[in-house]
Amino acid sequence: MSIAIFDKSKTSRRDFLKASTGLSAIALTIGFSWTGPSRRALGAPAEASFMPNAFVRIGSDNSVTVISKHVELGQGAYTGIATVLAEELDADWAQVRVESAPADAKRYNNLAFGTMQGTGGSSAMSNSWVQLREAGAKARAMLCAAAAHEWHVPASEISVEKGVLTHAASNRRASFGALVKTAATLPMPEKVELKDPKSFKLIGTRPPRVDVPSKCDGTALFTIDVVQPGMLVALLMRPPRFGGQVKSFDDSAAAKVPGVVKVVQVSRGVAVIAKTFWSAKVGRDALKVEWDESKAEMRGSAQMMAQYRELAGKPAASARNDGNAAEALTKAARRVAAEYEFPYLAHAPMEPMDAVVKLTAESCDIWTGDQFQTIDQMNAAQVAGLKPPQVNIHTLLAGGSFGRRANAYSDFIVEAVSIAKAHGADGTPIKLQWTREDDIRGGLYRPMYFHKIEAGLDANGKLTAWRQVIVGQSILAGTPLAAMMKNGIDPTSVEGAATLSYDIPNISVDLATTESKVPVLWWRVVGSSHTTFAVESFIDEMAHAAGKDPYAFRRDMLAHSPRMKAVLDLAAEKAGWNSAPLQKGRGRGIAVTEAFNSYVAQVAEVTVDEKGEIRVDRVVCAVDCGTAINPDIIKAQMEGGIGFGASAALYGAISLKDGHVEQSNFNDYRVLRMNEMPKVEVYIVPSSEPPTGVGEPGVAPVGPAIANAVFAATGKRHYQFPFAKGGAA
Amino acid sequence: MSTTFTLNGQATTLEGDDAMPLLWAIRELAGLHGTKFGCGMALCGACTVHLDGQAVRSCVTPLASVAGRAVTTIEGLSSKQAKAVQAAWIDVQVPQCGYCQSGQIMSATALLEKNPAPTDADIDGAMSGNICRCATYNRIRAAIHTAATAAKA
Repeated sequence: MSIAIFDKSKTSRRDFLKASTGLSAIALTIGFSWTGPSRRALGAPAEASFMPNAFVRIGSDNSVTVISKHVELGQGAYTGIATVLAEELDADWAQVRVESAPADAKRYNNLAFGTMQGTGGSSAMSNSWVQLREAGAKARAMLCAAAAHEWHVPASEISVEKGVLTHAASNRRASFGALVKTAATLPMPEKVELKDPKSFKLIGTRPPRVDVPSKCDGTALFTIDVVQPGMLVALLMRPPRFGGQVKSFDDSAAAKVPGVVKVVQVSRGVAVIAKTFWSAKVGRDALKVEWDESKAEMRGSAQMMAQYRELAGKPAASARNDGNAAEALTKAARRVAAEYEFPYLAHAPMEPMDAVVKLTAESCDIWTGDQFQTIDQMNAAQVAGLKPPQVNIHTLLAGGSFGRRANAYSDFIVEAVSIAKAHGADGTPIKLQWTREDDIRGGLYRPMYFHKIEAGLDANGKLTAWRQVIVGQSILAGTPLAAMMKNGIDPTSVEGAATLSYDIPNISVDLATTESKVPVLWWRVVGSSHTTFAVESFIDEMAHAAGKDPYAFRRDMLAHSPRMKAVLDLAAEKAGWNSAPLQKGRGRGIAVTEAFNSYVAQVAEVTVDEKGEIRVDRVVCAVDCGTAINPDIIKAQMEGGIGFGASAALYGAISLKDGHVEQSNFNDYRVLRMNEMPKVEVYIVPSSEPPTGVGEPGVAPVGPAIANAVFAATGKRHYQFPFAKGGAA
Repeated sequence: MSTTFTLNGQATTLEGDDAMPLLWAIRELAGLHGTKFGCGMALCGACTVHLDGQAVRSCVTPLASVAGRAVTTIEGLSSKQAKAVQAAWIDVQVPQCGYCQSGQIMSATALLEKNPAPTDADIDGAMSGNICRCATYNRIRAAIHTAATAAKA
């Protein structure tokens, strides 16, 4: 198995079409004309092929090519998507490969996003589940019909296994490839019956990932690896403060750097275009730019947080209001309050942002690890002065994202297109490459937030009132996605808090939305990256205030959330929650959440040394994500989510001083390393519910589970991310 | 402005600025793309290659400094340990986004070539310079142990 994302230089469009002509169905594949065989030498494209629908193409060489409308960011989407389709097709996994879909919202929209193509919100499997099962089942039905036609037997008597059709009574067999010509002439069935889950052969097993071999020998093709004849490389100098504009620039030194071809001004800054990255980098270092900062963000994050704190005491918009929390608080036997502070966070995927653009007067081709095809197509078209259908997006493997590549501004894509335009829109391919410093200082951060929570207990230690105020920037406001907002509430600011699952009779959650020139964006698990911390830390604090066990306290309030209760129980059991307490200096903490319709509970075990250094020893994770399509990928996503969440909780922060970002690279934007990774155990709740997401939910509970474990170990609570900076209160 | 060295066993001469990092010489002059750019400051390990058998960060290694020396990239791995590492990476299904994995594999191979039976502490010591934002660390650790066993056989 391998992936058919590939370097255009190895197979020309003409060769591809020549090799593929002969069947009307092939017309549908013209959109993929830039692709050829993968770098892993799959050989020439099949001479004939059968494409019954937009999601699968079967070659006369027996290859089954699944067309993925979702980008592979590391989350395993390619493998999951191929598994679902191959299951219903009864394909041989060894013959399955995956190719990325072109940008085409009509055929490849994310059903969870409506009419838009894109990947996010842990929705790849959930929105594709029925669609791809049907696509596989219909292709299978057509192959059966083709065999029935050729063998003159009833289609109902034909069985399919691992890419081979068999008619037992007449002892006839044929592989998929032998039937593609006939199948392509047959009508598509209107309806097909999907398999009974009991007969699944791939779903629920661990077919190896389609992208792993190429990621172990250096042949996987990322955007940074794209090479085209005559291609130039651009680096962009951006304003040092968000909202700054170019006033003037002096490129006399930059222009003298060997290899520098051109220096151009674009809306986001000044670009140095050169023959190689290194020339562009040396050229950019020599560039002198004067900035107009009259409209720039000049505040520091400490100053902004002080303003947030002040806003938390003022009336705000209501995101949830059950009963009367204010009144119930006055009647409570005991009241407890806490405040939480969360910094800006960079996504810092390992591949810094990059895109290759080839722009002419009539067309714009973009190669990138694209996560938001429809929006990127619109934004690129607008900058290029073209219509969206004239923008062809070739989606490549992405070296991580964590939300960064899906943004309404299409920031790095718009930059690349604007540079290609400033270069003359002459068809010269230009690769825009960000450096790590560009990434850490480039904005589109997880917003900074302030939370204030007050809760009341009755005389029996039962939670009767919960009042939470959240203060921070909106991710959606002012973008084409603002339509997702209701009554001034950005759901991404309050999810995880406004959706609180605990049975508490009086709940109010308010939101004060702030403004800044610092561009913000969703970051893996979005709102729950801060709300789950505040909620699950505070629930823990209330459990102790009530004199109850934190696990039992939660459990007693989840009578109406059986799936949440089940993961909580499973995590507690597997972690040995009720077993003997840990030795001095060690502690156990628990947290549970629902995110993107998946349920995750985690128990963290920590050791805190005399200096207050926190070592996360072990995290036990229970997850209910509906039908487990590939348990090993689910496990991997939980492991990765735990590492990602622990990284932010322990070390992650972007801070501003007088509008300047204080961090620049991995030396000061610290991320979790090998020696800091906890042992992780993952348990999956068996389920026959439709599959839900796994890319993000594992991130949310780990921060509060660690903080609660630190409290158990030391008696001190953390109210600020990251713990290493904020210290315990 | 020209540097002659051995690249993946082949005598190679690259014409480039002496200060140009080896990473960019390998990628843009020699056309080998398995070695990745992650930070440019030897902080993340995505660019790890072997220089005379030692794992080094090619993003801070000037091209001129490798004159007369032997550089191995992911494309040139051939030792028994390297093959065991790559097989274990597949067996354990280590990669997620995969971008850092060439560097991880180069660091792990250099470790096993010197230390055939590394402890967890040895692995922490050799691998903590390689960042993986997908946090595949536990699988990397498991795969190194698997590879160590396989390479001894």
